[in-house]
Parts: sequence; structure tokens; C-alpha cells
Amino acid sequence: MTAKDMTDFSAEKVIEIKALNKAFGSYQVLEGANLDLYKGENLVVLGKSGTGKSVLIKIIVGLLRPDSGLVNVLGHKVDEISYQELLDLRLRIGFSFQNSALYDSMTVRDNLEFPLVRNRKDLTKPEVNALIEEMLDAVGLAQTINQMPSELSGGQRKRIGIARTLILKPEIMLYDEPTAGLDPITSKEINKLINDVQERYHTSAIVITHDLTCAKEVGNRVAMLMERRFERQGSFEDIFNSGDQLAQPFYDYNFIQ
Amino acid sequence: MSLEQEKTAETPKPVGKFGNLFITLYNVFGFIGRFFREAFLPPYEFKELMRQCYEIGYRSALLISTTGFITGLVFTKQSRPSLSEFGATSWLPSLVGIALLRTLAPLLTGLIAAGKVGSSIGAELGSMKVSEQIDAMEVSATNPFKFLVATRVLAATITMPILTFYTAMVGMLGALLNVSVNEGTSATTFFQSALENITYLDIIASTVKAIIFGFTIAIVGCYQGYHSSKGTEGVGKAANSAVVTAMFLIFVEEVVCVQIFSLFNT
Repeated sequence: MTAKDMTDFSAEKVIEIKALNKAFGSYQVLEGANLDLYKGENLVVLGKSGTGKSVLIKIIVGLLRPDSGLVNVLGHKVDEISYQELLDLRLRIGFSFQNSALYDSMTVRDNLEFPLVRNRKDLTKPEVNALIEEMLDAVGLAQTINQMPSELSGGQRKRIGIARTLILKPEIMLYDEPTAGLDPITSKEINKLINDVQERYHTSAIVITHDLTCAKEVGNRVAMLMERRFERQGSFEDIFNSGDQLAQPFYDYNFIQ
Repeated sequence: MSLEQEKTAETPKPVGKFGNLFITLYNVFGFIGRFFREAFLPPYEFKELMRQCYEIGYRSALLISTTGFITGLVFTKQSRPSLSEFGATSWLPSLVGIALLRTLAPLLTGLIAAGKVGSSIGAELGSMKVSEQIDAMEVSATNPFKFLVATRVLAATITMPILTFYTAMVGMLGALLNVSVNEGTSATTFFQSALENITYLDIIASTVKAIIFGFTIAIVGCYQGYHSSKGTEGVGKAANSAVVTAMFLIFVEEVVCVQIFSLFNT
């Protein structure tokens, strides 16, 4: 198992976060957090549960409002734009939920069709069908097209969730704990899928995880969220092979235990 | 307004019970206002609206048929002794017709729909909320309020008057059964007698009440479901609150409507 190369990505920032603060009541989740996502890279955000990793990506996509700070996504300040502008921006961002969040009253086909027919009215029915088939092929689950979400396994649900997100051909992908609750083999398949998505659709991605194997396999760069801000940023090796006192316990827990 | 903008507005502040009551009222009226803003502006969700109309009508039809029929039958049976004391059993069809159309049908249908439809809407939306399905719609650039709330509220508002007149009709059939067994009255005579004292105002009042009840049931169910939290416990609470609140409001609205329409009667 080797970490991905720190490829020389374009200097173009697709997400820029500066001095971000977010609290829930008296509980401060993020304080002065700074983070950039460059075009084409997979950035892994590592951190323990409850450190605000999911809050971060929900702020990026406009589901949560920051208390203060700059959140610039594809040139738009997400907390300053109108609701319609936010909806337009979301077309360019894919969000894969931790629990997949498939619409459980709809079949797999309907789940994939749902965002497409509402946002791509220019497409004909055969084109919609072709796109659905393409996305299901991309995640290797073409045979599940008529199944209900309740009939799928955890790994399959994750894949369908990613397919539903990909169908709008987003420029940025946000993965919330993509391997949480999955066995190691299925986790490996999901990691491969994340890399395939980056390669095939040229997406930039933030992958939220506490799984170091996932971080090592999919991340071009790693940012460690600790104590309400990003304490360490760099390649996997930079952070974990340097004997860093903050990062080491995390590494030991994942790989030694 | 995005989902979180709403959430932020609803974050409880330490303002005491009265303060919280006003915050809740503010949020409820905001929710209703958002419905009127979003329901009548494109894009429209016709397919989902039709599906919801079918679901609401179909889901309640059997229970409404049974309850309506039994109510008509029992109401007639219970009214007979009082009328027979004055030798006025021939007034039974007329009495039943007026009672059913003016009050019993809208109220019964409203209460049944509050239990059947309101709880279902509250639980469905609550479960979608806690499993992040509503957030998933938000992030896929779809307005979940329009798809989930506007369609359900419109469907209930459209369907309730139809269900109300259906209840009245089934109730009359129950009454007919009782009257024809006891008095040997023919169906033609029964319906002629039952309908001759019904005025346009009765029909309008019944329709207006049904529309108000339908709107109330769905908006309460949607509000409770859309704002549920705390996992499965929250879903249960949302369904329960949807039913209890809707039933309470239906009785209040019934009293207000009766007062208003009685002004027209005089």
C-alpha cells in the first residue's frame, strides 16, 4: 500500500477557506480554520469524530452557515449568495453522504433520475437513460437499476450515492466518511472508486475520514483537523513519517492496533 | 432561504417560555409564508402532486367509507326515538342530510385524515430529515420544500373536499339503510327528502371547511416532519405532534367556521 503522489496540481484554488469560525451554542467546532482545495486534487481531511469535519463540508455546500470567515467555492462566497445562486453553485458540487442518504421510497433508477430531470431539462428521455446507465456502470452496479435502496448492502448504497452525485458531472466532490462502517475489502473498492472518479471525471475532492488507509490510498494531500483548526497539512508521508507528536497517535491507532 | 438559514433562525435562545412560543409562532408563519411563495411559482412538481393526491385519497378512502357509513347509520338510529316522540320520523333523512353535510362529514373526514395522513406526512418527512434525504435534495440543487412540502399541502387541500363529499354520501347510504329497514322508505324518497333542505351555503361552508382542514393537516404534518430531530425518537414525536396539533386546530377551526357561516345563515 503506497500513498498517492503529491502531483503538481494547478495553482488554481477551487475552494478557499480563511479564518472560518463555527459554533453550536457554546460549543466551538471550528476556530480560525484555513484550507485550500486545488483544482484536480483529492484532499483528505483527517480528524477524530466530533472535530467538525462534516461541519466543514456542510458549510462548503451551504447546508450550514459559518459564524464568520471566508468560504469561497468556485469564485462564490457561499454565505453571501442568494438561494437561487446557491442552488446553481450546488450543481457544480457533488456531496456523498456518510449514510448515502438515498431516497428510500424510490428505486435506484429514480434516485439517479431525480436530480437529472430537475436540473438538466435539455436532456431527452433516451439521453437520461444513457446517463443513468453510464453512472451505474462507472460504480459497477448496473444490475441494481430496478432495486430499492433497502435491498442494497452498505457498500452498494455508498456506490449508488456516489453515482447519484456524479450524474450532474460536478467539478468538486465532497465525500463524507466514504468508508465508515464498511469492511476492509469494500472500503478498498470505495477508495478505488474515489480515485477512478478523480481520474475519469477530473474532479477536485475533499474526502472526510478518520480512516488512514483511505487517506493514504486516495489523498494527494492530507489536512489534519485538530483543536478546531487545521494543524497539519501536507503529503501523507510528510505528516506521518516525520514523527510528528500530534499526528503520531492517530497513525499508531490506525496501523498498529 | 436554505435549510440551515432556517435552522439558524430556529435555534432556541434563552428567552423563556413566552419567548420560545413567539419564536415557534414566527417559524410556523414563516413556514406557511414560504409555502405560498413556493407553491405557485415554477418549476411545478405536477407528477408528485398527482401522486400525493392519489396517496392521500387512496390511503384514507377505506377508513373514511367505514366511518362515514357507520356514523350515518348510528346517527339515524340514535335520532329516531327523539323524533318519533313528536311523530316526526319523516324528518330523519332531512336531519341526517343537513347534519352530515354541515358538520359531521367535514369534521369526521378532517379527524380521520389528521390521524391517517397527518401522521404519515410527519413520519415520512421526519424520517427523510434524520436520514439526511432532505439535505441530499438540497445539495443536488433541488428545492426540497417545493417537492416535499408544497406538493403534500396542495394535494391535501385539493383532496379533502372530495373526501368530505364522499364521506357525506357514504354516511347517507348508512342512514338510508337504517331508514329503509325501519320505515320502508325508498332510496328516491330518502334522497329527495335529505337533499331538499340543503342550501348552497351548506355546500360552500362544507367545502371551505374541508379546504381549511386539508391545508391544516398537511402544513402541520410537514412542519413537524421538516423540523424533526433527535433520530428515531424525533420521528415518533413529529408524527405524534402532527396528529395532536392538527386535531386540536381542526376543532378550533370548526368553531370559528360555524360562527362565521351562521352570520350568513341569519
